[in-house]
Amino acid sequence: MEATVLVKETEPAAENPRIGVYVCHCGLNIAQTVDCRRVAESTALLSDVIVSKDIGYACSEPGQQQIKDDIREYELDRVVVASCSPRLHEPTFRQMLQSSGLNPYLLEMANLREQCSWVHMKDPEGATRKAQDLVKMAVSRIRLLQPLQEDTLPLTPRTLVIGGGVAGIQAALDLADNGYDVVLVEKRPTIGGVMAQLDKTFPTMDCSI
Amino acid sequence: MTDVGRHPRITLYTLSEVVDVKGYVGNFDVRILKKARYVNEKECTACGECAKVCPVVRPDEFNLGLSSRRAIFSPFPQAVPSAYVINIAECLGHNPVVCAKCVEACDKGCINFHMSDEEIVETVGSIVVATGLEVYDPTEMDEYGYTRFPNVVTSLEFERLINAGGPTGGEVLRPTDRKPPRSIGFVQCVGSRSAKRGGSYCSNICCMNTVKSTLMLKEHYPGVDIKVFYIDIRAFGKGFEDLYTRSRRLGVHYLRGLPGTVAEGPDRGLIVSVENTATGKLETHHLDMLVLALGMKPASSTQRLQEMLGLQLTPDGFFLEAHPKLQPVDAATRGVFYAGCAESPKDIKESVTQASAAAARAIRLMHKGEITTEPITSMVVAEACKSCGKCAEVCPYNAISVDVKRKTPAVVNTAACAGCGTCAAECPFDAIVMNHFTDDQILHQVHALLEEDSKEKVLAFACNWCSYAGADFAGVSRLQYPPNVRIIRTMCSGRVDEKFVWEGFRMGAPVILVSGCHIGDCHYIDANHWTEKRVAKIHKKMAKLGIRPERLQLEWISAAEGVRFAEVMKRMEALREQVSFDEIAETVRILTE
Repeated sequence: MEATVLVKETEPAAENPRIGVYVCHCGLNIAQTVDCRRVAESTALLSDVIVSKDIGYACSEPGQQQIKDDIREYELDRVVVASCSPRLHEPTFRQMLQSSGLNPYLLEMANLREQCSWVHMKDPEGATRKAQDLVKMAVSRIRLLQPLQEDTLPLTPRTLVIGGGVAGIQAALDLADNGYDVVLVEKRPTIGGVMAQLDKTFPTMDCSI
Repeated sequence: MTDVGRHPRITLYTLSEVVDVKGYVGNFDVRILKKARYVNEKECTACGECAKVCPVVRPDEFNLGLSSRRAIFSPFPQAVPSAYVINIAECLGHNPVVCAKCVEACDKGCINFHMSDEEIVETVGSIVVATGLEVYDPTEMDEYGYTRFPNVVTSLEFERLINAGGPTGGEVLRPTDRKPPRSIGFVQCVGSRSAKRGGSYCSNICCMNTVKSTLMLKEHYPGVDIKVFYIDIRAFGKGFEDLYTRSRRLGVHYLRGLPGTVAEGPDRGLIVSVENTATGKLETHHLDMLVLALGMKPASSTQRLQEMLGLQLTPDGFFLEAHPKLQPVDAATRGVFYAGCAESPKDIKESVTQASAAAARAIRLMHKGEITTEPITSMVVAEACKSCGKCAEVCPYNAISVDVKRKTPAVVNTAACAGCGTCAAECPFDAIVMNHFTDDQILHQVHALLEEDSKEKVLAFACNWCSYAGADFAGVSRLQYPPNVRIIRTMCSGRVDEKFVWEGFRMGAPVILVSGCHIGDCHYIDANHWTEKRVAKIHKKMAKLGIRPERLQLEWISAAEGVRFAEVMKRMEALREQVSFDEIAETVRILTE
C-alpha cells in the first residue's frame, strides 16, 4: 500500500480557476473509438482550461506523475480526468490530488470508457462528439466545485455475522482471532448450515464437520 | 464449529434473526429477535434423557425426513451449542403444561416452559452477510418423478444416506426395500442451467459433488453400476480433474444427455429414457435408484435483508458485489461484506476463502478505530430557510430537525446525513445546498450539454448506485446503443430537482430521462419515492402547459441491468427522433415567457 504523504493543502483561487484536463486513451480501450487528441484539442479552447492533454494511461504511475508535474508547473487548482467510470478510479485520482496538495474533491471525471467508447464501438464520430460533450460538462461543473473536508467519527470495533454456515463460521473465527468481537446470528438451533448435512467433501474427501 | 462455541470473542445467538438495522458504517444498531429455546443452553449437557420420554415423534429435518426425532431434540450430535431444543409448536402443551415428561426427566432442571422470545440490541461497526443457500426443490420437474417414485432421491438425501451418522448408519439403501441398490443413476443440472425451471446459472458444486458421491459409492460397494447423466462436467478447480479421472477409471459411466422421462418398473426400479448426445441415440437405462443433483437458490431471507441494509441483487437473486473483480466481497453499502453462497453458488473451499477475505476487509475498515465520514452532505442556508419542515419530512434518515412552530431554521445532523440530496430537491425556498451536487453545478452541466445542437441530445440523470452503475455494466458487457445520450450523475435520483428538468426543456432538450434504483432497492432507504412523486407532478404541469409529458421519462434500472439500460437508451433515442424542431421551439417559447 502506498504510504500516505501529508501535503499541506493549497487554497483554490476564488476567481479564475486553473483547470487541467487529461483525456485518457486507456491503451486502445478508449482511443480505438474516441479520437482522444481531438477531444483534448477542443477542450483546450474552453475558458479556464490551462492545460488539456491526451494521455496513454492516466491511472498508471507515469500518467499520474505527469498530471502531478503539470499541477506544479501550471499551478493548476483542479483536475478533470476523462477516462473510465468514477466508480472505478475516483479514489485513485482523489489520492493523487491530495498528494499534490489539492483538495481531493476538486476532481471531476468524465466517463469515456464504460459510458462512451465501449458502448458506441461502431460509431467513432458519434462517440467522439459525445466525449467532447462529456468533457465540456465536466469542465463546466469543476469550475464550481468547492473543497470539502472529511470528518472522523468513533467506530465500534465489532462485527455482526449473519448466518452460521461454513462461511459465517470462518468469517467469525478470523475476525475473533484477530481481536475483534463478533456477534454471530443463526436462525436455526445450531450453527453448521448445509455443510453439516454433507457427508465427505471434495476435493479432500474428508468429513464436513 | 466447536471453536465458535467456546471463543471468548464470539457471542453466538442461535434461533435468532436480524429484524432491523439502523445507523451507518462504523455504528450500526442491530435489533435481533432471539426465539425461546425452552432449554437452558448453558446448563444442558445433551444427555438426551428428555428426548427418551417425549411422546411426540416428528420427521427429522436434519435427515430430511429419512428418520424421526422427538419434539425435544438435538439437531445432530455435533451441534453447537450442544443443547437440546423444544419445537414448541409440536410440544403437547407448555401453557398450560399438559405432559411435562421431559421436565421430570431432566436432573439438572434445564427445561423451562416460561422462557419467552427476547429482543436484543447490538451495536456493530461492520456486517458480514453469510446467509447461505437453499437447495432447489425438484418437485416441479415432474419428468424425473421425485415424490412420485420413492427411489428417486435428491443429492442432499443421498448425503444423509451415505453418512455414517445418518439414518442408515452410512449404508446406502433403497427407500422401498431397504436393500443396497445394484445400480444408481445421477441426473445433473437439476434446477441449474435452465431458462424455464430453477436458475439459469451453473450452481458450481453439483458436478464435483456427484463425482465425489460416485467415488464414495465405489469405495463402499465396488460392484455397483453407476451412470451419470450430464450436460457437461465442470471440473475446473484444483485437483478436480484428478477426481473426475479417478471416477471414470473406476468404471463410472458418464453419459452426455439429460433424461427426457423417468418411469417406474415392476421392481420399483426406474426406467430412464435419455438421448445420448455423444452417440445421437435414444437409450433406455434400468436403474435401482436415481439421485437428482440439486442446484442452489438464494436463501429465502435474501430479499428482506436486501431491503433492510439497502443492498442490491443480481437478476438471479444472489447479492450483488460492489465490483465483480476488484471488490468481490464488498457490498455497495459501506461496511457490509459478503461471504459464501449469499453472493453466488460456491463450494466449501471458495466459501472459506471468501469468508477470510470478508473478515480481512472488515478489519481493514475497523482497525483505525475511527471512520471518516462522507463530506457529501447537505447544508442549510439559515437566512433562506422558512422553517416549513419539508426537508425533515422527506429525509430518509431523520437527519434534519426543524421546529415548525417556533420557526427556527432547519439543522442537518451531518453524521446521520447520507447525502442523497432529496431535501435540496424538495426545498421550496432553495435554502438547502447539497455539497458537491449543488444546483449551480448541475445546472451548468445542463447548460454545457444543451448550448449546441440540443435537438440531437438525450439528457439523462442517473443515480450513482443503480442506474449509473447499470450504464457502466452495459459498457463492461459491450452492449451497443445510440451515442446521443449524455448522463449527469447524482448520488440519488431523489436529488433531481424540478428546476433541472424545466431548465433542460427551456434549453431545448427534446427528451429527458430520470433514472434510479427500483422502488424498494433505493440506496437511501426510500428517497426514490420522492423522485416518483416529483416526476408525476412535473408530468401534470407539462400537460397543463401543453408540453407532451412523454418527453420526460422515469425508469428504474438496477446496477445489474446493463441490458435494460441499453434498451432504455434505444427507447429514449426513438422518442427523441419523434420530437421536431417546431415542438422544441414551442416548448422553449412556453417556458421562456
